[in-house]
Amino acid sequence: MILHQIEALAAAGVTDIVLAVNYRPEIMEKYLAEYEEQFGINITISIESEPLGTAGPLKLAERILRKDDTPFFVLNSDITCEYPFKELAEFHKSHGDEGTIVVTKVEEPSKYGVIVHKPNHPSRIDRFVEKPVEFVGNRINAGIYIFNTSVLDRIELRPTSIEQETFPAMVKDGQLHSFDLEGFWMDVGQPKDFLTGTCLYLSSLSKKGSKLLTPPTEPYVHGGNVLIDPSAKIGKNCRIGPNVTIGPDVVVGDGVRLQRCVLLSGSKVKDHAWVKSTIVGWNSVVGKWARLENVTVLGDDVTIGDEIYVNGGSILPHKTIKANVDVPAIIM
Amino acid sequence: MSLQVPFREKANGGVPGATKAVILVGGASRGTRFRPLSLDVPKPLFDVAGHPIIWHCLTAIDKVPSIHEVYLIGYYEESVFRDFIKDASSQFPNLSIKYLREYQALGTAGGLYHFRDAILKGRPEHIFVLNSDVCCSFPLNDMLKLAEEKDAEAVILGTRVSEDAATNFGCIVSDAHTRRVLHYVEKPESYISNLINCGVYLFSTDAIFPSIRSAIKRRTDRPRLGSYRSSDNLASSFMIDDDEESEKTEVIRLEQDILSDMADNKQFFVYETKDFWRQIKTAGSAIPANALYLQKAWQNGSTELAAPSANIIPPVYIHPTAQVHPTAKLGPNVSIGPRAVIGAGARVKESIVLEDAEIKHDACVLYSIIGWSSRVGAWARVEGTSTPVTSHSTSIIKNGVKVQAITILGKECGVGDEVRVQNCVCLPFKELKRDVANEVIM
Repeated sequence: MILHQIEALAAAGVTDIVLAVNYRPEIMEKYLAEYEEQFGINITISIESEPLGTAGPLKLAERILRKDDTPFFVLNSDITCEYPFKELAEFHKSHGDEGTIVVTKVEEPSKYGVIVHKPNHPSRIDRFVEKPVEFVGNRINAGIYIFNTSVLDRIELRPTSIEQETFPAMVKDGQLHSFDLEGFWMDVGQPKDFLTGTCLYLSSLSKKGSKLLTPPTEPYVHGGNVLIDPSAKIGKNCRIGPNVTIGPDVVVGDGVRLQRCVLLSGSKVKDHAWVKSTIVGWNSVVGKWARLENVTVLGDDVTIGDEIYVNGGSILPHKTIKANVDVPAIIM
Repeated sequence: MSLQVPFREKANGGVPGATKAVILVGGASRGTRFRPLSLDVPKPLFDVAGHPIIWHCLTAIDKVPSIHEVYLIGYYEESVFRDFIKDASSQFPNLSIKYLREYQALGTAGGLYHFRDAILKGRPEHIFVLNSDVCCSFPLNDMLKLAEEKDAEAVILGTRVSEDAATNFGCIVSDAHTRRVLHYVEKPESYISNLINCGVYLFSTDAIFPSIRSAIKRRTDRPRLGSYRSSDNLASSFMIDDDEESEKTEVIRLEQDILSDMADNKQFFVYETKDFWRQIKTAGSAIPANALYLQKAWQNGSTELAAPSANIIPPVYIHPTAQVHPTAKLGPNVSIGPRAVIGAGARVKESIVLEDAEIKHDACVLYSIIGWSSRVGAWARVEGTSTPVTSHSTSIIKNGVKVQAITILGKECGVGDEVRVQNCVCLPFKELKRDVANEVIM
C-alpha cells in the first residue's frame, strides 16, 4: 500500500520521503533500499520512541523537512485513493497560504469531521464540525496534506494532534485551504475497508486499462480485476475473480476458487479451497477444501487445516486452526 | 380363547435346537423421526454401508446355523418388501424370508402373537426377535450359547451407555455374577442402571407366547393405565379417548408389557455386548450407523469396499455403477450409492450419497446425507457436525439452540454453486441458492 504512495510521490517530483513509524521498523527497512533505487529517492525512517500523535512526528523530522524551503506532503498511510500530488502542489502554490488539506465528498458526513468554508470563498477553511447532526457540508478530511515549512513553527515536540491543535490554529489565521479529490478515496485502516479499498484500486486500474492486471483471456480469470504477481504460481482448473490480488511467491493449488480477496506474499492456498472477502497473511497456508469468508483475516504464518470453515475470523500470527470458526471471532 | 401353543414338550414334538428369527420392521406411520428420508423409502430399507438396514440384520441371522426361516413383521404394504425379499433370498440361500403384514399396528409383542401359528410351525425351540432400528454386530450365536447354558426362557442383548443417556432407553438391572435380569424398566424417570436394552431378544417359544397371552389377559381384565409405570406414559394414555382405547387394547409391546414381567421370572438373562451399538431413530443416526457397519466390514476384510489409495481413506463403499472422478477424495466412512456421480476434486467425508445424486467439482460434503437425485454445485459446502462416539444423540447445541448435527438433503434437492449448507435438514425438491445454517428447510 505504501508502495502506491511512494510511487505517486516520486512521479510528482518528490526527492525525500520520511516514514514516521512507531511499530516494527525492521519490517519496513527491508523494502526501502529497493524502493530508493527503483524511484531514485531518499527514504528516511523516523522512529517515535513514544507515540507523538499525528503532528509530533512532523516536528521530529524537522531537519529533513527544512532541507529547503519547498513545501512538503503529509500522508496517512492507511488511506488509498488516486493520489493527485502534482495538481495539489500547483493549487497550494497558487493560493500562497501555509497549508492545503485534500478533502473528499462523502454520502454520510455525519460520521466524520466535516469542513466548512469561509463564506464566499471556494477553498479557504472557516471551521471543522465534528460529526455534524445537521448538514453543514459533505467534504471531509482525506488524510493528505501539503504544508509550507513554516507550519513546523506551530508544532511542539510532544504528543500533538494535527486535526485537533494545528489545524484550528491555522484556520484562525486563515492559512488553511481545501482541495477536492477526484475519484475514489478510502480509509483502509480496518480489514473490511482494506478489502473494499483493494476492490476500488483494482477497478481503477481496470478503468485505466492497466497492463498490471492479469488479462481476462487467462482461462482462470473470472469477472476481471485480478492482479497476480508474476512470481505467483496458479494451479489447474481455478476460478479467480473478481477483485483478487495475489502477491509475490504465492502458490495457488488446483481447483481453487478466489474472489474479493488478497493473498499476501509467500502465502499458499491448497487445492479446492474456497476463499472470499479474506486477507491471507504473509506465508500463511490455507488447507485443502477449506472455506474462508466474511472478512476473515489471517496474520503472518497462519495455518488453516484441511476442510476447515472460517467465518469472519481474525487469526493472530503463527496460529494453526484445526476446528471450524462458525461465528466471527478473534482467535489468539 | 383357545391357543395352539405347545408347552414344554421338547421331548415329544419340539425340534431340538431349531431356531427362527423375526425382524420387527414397523410401518409407514412409524419412522416419522426418520424424515425426510422415510418420505421416500421405508426406514428398514434405507441403505447404510451400501445395504438396507435390515440386510445387516439378515447377515447376522445367516451366521446362526440353526436358523432357516426369517419373518419380517410389520404393517407396510405387501409390495414394499417384495424386491428386497427377492434379492435377499438369492444372497442368503439358506434363509427362507417372508413378510407377515399386520392388519393394524399391534405393538411389538402383539404382532408376534398374531402370527404365532406361522412362527411356531415346525416347532422351533427358540426365536430371535430383532428390532430393525438398531445397528450393532448382533452377537446372536453368543446369545444362543448363553440361553443353552442357562436353560433361559429369555436372553436380552444389553450394552453399557453413559449415565446421562441411559434413561432414554430400557434399563436393565442384572446380577453381575449370574447375568440374570433382576429388574427391567422402560425409559425410567430417574437413573436405575447404565445397562440398556439393545432391542435384540432371544426367547424360548415355550415361554414367550404364554407371557404375551397373560399380558393380553391382564389388559382385558384391568384398565389400561394399570400396566403403565412411568408418568410419561400415563400422560399420553390420558389423551386417548374411549374409542381409540378399545381399538388399541391389542397393542402389546415387548418393552413395556412383557419384559418387566419376565424379570420376575428367574430364567431371564442378559448378554452384554462390548461391541458397537446404535439406535437408528432419526435420519441423522444413519451416519453413525453407516460408519459402524463400514468399519465392521473393513475389519472383516470385506471385498465390497473400495481399495485404499491416496484419495480413498478407508472404509469407503462405492456402488459398482457410481462414477467417482480419480481426483475426488473420499472417506473415511463414506457410502456412494448406485449411479451417483462424484466430480473432479470433490471431497466427501463421513457421509452417505444416495442413488443418482451428483456432487460437482471441488465441492465438499462432510457429515451429511445427500438424498436420491440431489445435486451439490461446484465449490459448494454441505456440512454437518461430528458427534462424540459415546453420544447417542443426533442433535447438538449451537449458540444455545438445538440443531441437527447431520445435514440431510431429501430427495431431488439442489445446492447452488459455492453455496454453504450447514446443520440443516432439507425436505425433498428444495433448491438452495443462498448460504443456510441451522435450519429445517420446508
